[in-house]
Amino acid sequence: MTVNPRPLSPHLQVYRFFPAMAVSILHRASGVFLSLASLLLVYWLLAVANGPDAYAAASQILASLPGRLVIAAAVIAFWYHLLAGLRHLLLDAGIGFDLPVARRIGFAVVALAVLAAAATLAAAWRYLDWS
Amino acid sequence: MSLRSPLGAALGHGSARSGPAHGWNQRLSALALVPLGLWFLCALLALPDLGHATVVAWIATPTTAVLLLLFALLSLWHSLLGVATIVEDYVHGPVVKTASLLALQAAHGVAALCVIVAVIAILGGSAR
Repeated sequence: MTVNPRPLSPHLQVYRFFPAMAVSILHRASGVFLSLASLLLVYWLLAVANGPDAYAAASQILASLPGRLVIAAAVIAFWYHLLAGLRHLLLDAGIGFDLPVARRIGFAVVALAVLAAAATLAAAWRYLDWS
Repeated sequence: MSLRSPLGAALGHGSARSGPAHGWNQRLSALALVPLGLWFLCALLALPDLGHATVVAWIATPTTAVLLLLFALLSLWHSLLGVATIVEDYVHGPVVKTASLLALQAAHGVAALCVIVAVIAILGGSAR
């Protein structure tokens, strides 16, 4: 890679850590993970369309321990990305830039995401036998 | 009067005048995906089981098919807009960047096609 000698603007290393930074980068990370997880949805829909045999084979993969862990992670990422996305829409509208408010919204996003993901996973518990 | 130099225009420097659409589309799809995503989650959890017959019967209703297509296709579109932003932010080599963006577009296009064909097949009854 060629080294560009032009000056760089100050980046992450010069800023004191602020919770909103974590909320923001986790929004990207959860978005990337959901992009990958959307392949699971496509795979699942194709399996449904391909008939009972294909669906049984796909169910076996999705209901395996790694499959369950990925789905559980996708549920967590779903709630986090949805709530953090609403936070970004508020910021786009110019709401929530005061530091105390930003801090409170950031914590609320994380707390609500944890609660909602826990509730969803608890409700999905009965699918454990996946039949 | 444009402040853009002819050389800059020829080299493609500066604004391409198509910037706002990307961010606007991303936010609009985000807004639409809030109710659609909640619907998808609740509808899945409301199914009595995840057996093939149950899932086919669920998707084969026109309302479900429309909402599911909306949810899946808008998700893929939103996903493409999002990962394209991340590639543009972090991938700097012009060749690698363009190749990554094209590959992502192709992957999302194929995924969207799979979703459409799958839902139509289920609607048409060929999944039974």
